[in-house]
Amino acid sequence: MTPPLLTRWLLLGEWRSHRLQSVVAVLAITLGVALGFTIHLINTAAVSEFSAATRSLSGKSDLTVRATRYTFDELLYPRLARYAGVAQASPILEITAGVPAKAKTMHNPVFKILGMDGFRAITMTPDLLGVPAEGKPMDTLADDAIFLSPAAMEWLSVKQGDTIEVSTGAKRVQLRVAGGLARAHPGQRIGVMDIGAAQWRFDQPGQLSRIELKLQPGIDPAAFRAALGEALGPSYLLTESEDDDARIHTMSRAYRINLNILALVALFTGAFLIFSGQVLSTIRRRSQLALLRVLGMSRRQILRQLLLESALLGVLGSLLGLGLGYLLAAAALHFLGADLGAGFFPGVAPRLHLDPLAAVLYFLLGTGITILGGLVPAWEAARTHPAPALKSGSEYTMLTALRVPRLAAVCLLMGLVFTALPPVNDLPIFGYLAIVLLLIGSIAALPYLCGLFFAMLSRLSNPDQTGALVTLATTRLSNASGLAAIALGGVLVSFSLMVAMAIMVASFRISLDDWLGQVLPADVYLHSTIHQDIRGFTLEEQQAMASRNGVARVDFIRSVPVTLDLAKPAITLLARPVALDNPGLILPLTGAALPSGDIPPGTIPIWISEAMVDLYGFRTGDRITLPFADSTQIFIVVGIWRDYGRIFGAMQMQLSDYRRLTGDDHASDAALWLHPGTAFDTVATALKALPFGETLEIMETGRVRAAALRQFDRSFAVTYLLELVAIGVGLMGVAASFSAQTLTRIREFGMLRHIGLSKRQIYRMLTLEGSLLGGFGILAGFLLGTGISLILVFIVNPQSFHWTMQLHLPWTWLGVMALAVLAAAALTAFLASRRAVSGDVIRAVREDW
Amino acid sequence: MHCVINYTIPGMSLTPVLELHNLGKTYANRQVLSGLSHSFAAGEYVAIMGDSGVGKSTLLNLIAGLDSPDSGEIRIEGEHLSAEDEAATRLRRKYLGFIFQAFHVLPQLTLLQNVSLPLLLNQLPLDRAPAMLAAVGLQGREQDFPHQLSGGELQRVAVARALVHRPRLILADEPTGNLDQDTAREILHLIRDEIKANGASAIIVTHSRAAAETADKILIMDRHSLTPASSENRT
Repeated sequence: MTPPLLTRWLLLGEWRSHRLQSVVAVLAITLGVALGFTIHLINTAAVSEFSAATRSLSGKSDLTVRATRYTFDELLYPRLARYAGVAQASPILEITAGVPAKAKTMHNPVFKILGMDGFRAITMTPDLLGVPAEGKPMDTLADDAIFLSPAAMEWLSVKQGDTIEVSTGAKRVQLRVAGGLARAHPGQRIGVMDIGAAQWRFDQPGQLSRIELKLQPGIDPAAFRAALGEALGPSYLLTESEDDDARIHTMSRAYRINLNILALVALFTGAFLIFSGQVLSTIRRRSQLALLRVLGMSRRQILRQLLLESALLGVLGSLLGLGLGYLLAAAALHFLGADLGAGFFPGVAPRLHLDPLAAVLYFLLGTGITILGGLVPAWEAARTHPAPALKSGSEYTMLTALRVPRLAAVCLLMGLVFTALPPVNDLPIFGYLAIVLLLIGSIAALPYLCGLFFAMLSRLSNPDQTGALVTLATTRLSNASGLAAIALGGVLVSFSLMVAMAIMVASFRISLDDWLGQVLPADVYLHSTIHQDIRGFTLEEQQAMASRNGVARVDFIRSVPVTLDLAKPAITLLARPVALDNPGLILPLTGAALPSGDIPPGTIPIWISEAMVDLYGFRTGDRITLPFADSTQIFIVVGIWRDYGRIFGAMQMQLSDYRRLTGDDHASDAALWLHPGTAFDTVATALKALPFGETLEIMETGRVRAAALRQFDRSFAVTYLLELVAIGVGLMGVAASFSAQTLTRIREFGMLRHIGLSKRQIYRMLTLEGSLLGGFGILAGFLLGTGISLILVFIVNPQSFHWTMQLHLPWTWLGVMALAVLAAAALTAFLASRRAVSGDVIRAVREDW
Repeated sequence: MHCVINYTIPGMSLTPVLELHNLGKTYANRQVLSGLSHSFAAGEYVAIMGDSGVGKSTLLNLIAGLDSPDSGEIRIEGEHLSAEDEAATRLRRKYLGFIFQAFHVLPQLTLLQNVSLPLLLNQLPLDRAPAMLAAVGLQGREQDFPHQLSGGELQRVAVARALVHRPRLILADEPTGNLDQDTAREILHLIRDEIKANGASAIIVTHSRAAAETADKILIMDRHSLTPASSENRT
């Protein structure tokens, strides 16, 4: 054991004399841990809150019966209430209602209204019972009364006795706030009405969304579920609360994992900084460590001392990271919401909970990765023989231990192999591993590549023409490529990740813009101010819209959720007129569509999104039997189209087929083509003049595109933030590496001063070295970053989100980033050289350090 | 002026403090030492001289356990020394003091902390350190850092560190190689005075005749042997 006092002296002495390197290392780990912990806290808060809120709507039921479509006939209710084994059945109609009064200040202001049978709810969902005012017990059955949760009252700024106006589709409904709820889930915005009143007031006569079942004691729920499922047929779905939890997790899983990976990238960059910092530190202290060996410290004591240094940096960084992570999570929930702008968790107000287990895990991850980063240099320093290490100039021999071309080749090769492997459990695990291997392989190959590149540059440059400084700079970079590669690693990691993210985001954004151009062929689009509205527009309302002056043609679109698999979120069924001979007019098909002549009679043509291929295994030409309306239908997949709007899958069919099969003639959206010369404002004014005009959201195609791109940017806001952090950490690493390197070379500068170089010439030489090194790092980073972006674009994205995109390189942005990194590298080299050369470098030649 | 701390090593005898048996060492196909044997008596202050590249520093490194011989054996007070094991580290910590040409003091520690290092590693009382610093003429400078010192002062710190834990054997590799003549003479007398006052043994490797003259005995080294210098050689 090293005496504790000596351990403390050595630690404090090292940190005191190299504050910048210590601060950078701690900061890198802090940021990595903070980001990971932030994302974990936000996701946990959002998912658990959403799950709890969803569970509270089912109350004490054992089983929930739903249809594959969003509503079903209420005649099923008496049948189930009498079904053997059922103790009680509670029918529920769920309405997503808009609040027109908030539409001007808020995007998609909606809340959920539950139509319930009060008598059944007493035992099944007692928490959701309305509490009427004193003396008005019959309000629970009144057709104009609604009972609101505290969160809904606060959100709507109303109290008992006030009146609210809500809307569904083009219909507006006035309701009286009759009271609160017995015990709603905190933060959940819901309202409860009598079920009959809800069906009548919201135009859903005889329709239910679900039936909650309480089974008789002793009934085996699994066996009952299987038997009832068979009796009801494929049009109905039976779920338990665990199914809902699983679905909620699935909904946001890919998004969550991608964010976590980005946080881990920051942590990886931090670990690399620790590694390079410790390598440079042990090089600088090589003879000091050898002296400690001479004085009697054992190898184990040296190893323990160096690992302790790394571990303490990790502990400090991790603790700060946890604190910062908590603050960031609180801020993100407050300003961006639970879904960080991605739209996965509407209607919940999640609260932040400090998860001790997760905190310990992230702490261990941060500290562990730091120790790992310091392990190789510590091991090398401990096993070095002290006698040669005491001599000046032996520093570079340590770097030979870091020359691992075989490891580089194996990592790069394995990375390539991993790109060909399929997803694991719908996640691009091998894609991510391939990225990690490419990064490690490239870093490991750097000393070799760096030596090769600068040796070539050195041979090409003619000392007579380029002068002594260029010759000195290129020769050193060529001959001490191991040391150069350490600094270069920081540039390579940060710049390649910047490039990869920039290419991926640009490819996605441009592909989205192209896609919007194809899926929005009309001049004007309109829909209800409420998103995911089920009622939409009635046939009369559609006719009124179509007959406005200036409207040349209208395509009505029906959009409804359909559940095909209980373990997966609902897909979207889109019904609209599609030209069978040329579906590509409105659908961005990804391959050849089945010719209309090849569609077998008796089958219904559908076009599926790419997600359906991955998630359900459907292919062009497949015949699929699906529950539809109250029976099953045979569909044929005519083509596959790219859909950036719905990651859980979408299916397009002819509107005429849909109406024929379901009898539902409502429409959710409308695409309007205007007569030539007709101004948008004229038509918009005419539409707004309709009796239901206030409920319409009317947008020109250009505005729809702009809004979609804004939404894209909002979704990627966190990605941009994480990218900036990764860049910041990388640049800090460049600064720290250059700074540490110049300190290790102080004797060299002293010698150069002795042979006649001025301080200014040394600054210039080092700035040139920094620029050359930065330039090579940028070149290598660009190649590596492009490789990583290919994995992100063609493997990670399709496997995570089930959509493909075209590769686009944002040359201008890449050029700006390259110049910024080059300038940062040259500047940090210059500043570090000033710091190093400003001291008594001449004396450094005489002394050993 | 500096004072000398007097201390004696209990149980010191005239048995050899250091025995070299048939030492051999090769670096990159170049045989540096071959069949070298010699015994150093306790309390002796010996200077080793010889041509450049003859293996003087190598011999010192082997004695200190900083490197291991390819063949042969080294015994310090009868205990076998090997560079590879922890026992050698313990032996080095306890019995040896090392003075280098290049001072080798830790720049981030104060002078007092630098001198205290061997005490801490041997779990000895730290109050010896200020006294030792005073003995080498650096009293009042305990909290200074190495960058505040001249070359001669740095070598005084190195001498204090080499002696503070009262080692049996002091090894000095060109201890005055980086110093001017006056400072060198001062340091050599300091080393000699401290060694003699404390009854320790010392081996000093040097190219400087003046430095060698301060020793009790001068040995001339070649690859195979250490031979006492003749009187002509000494003059």
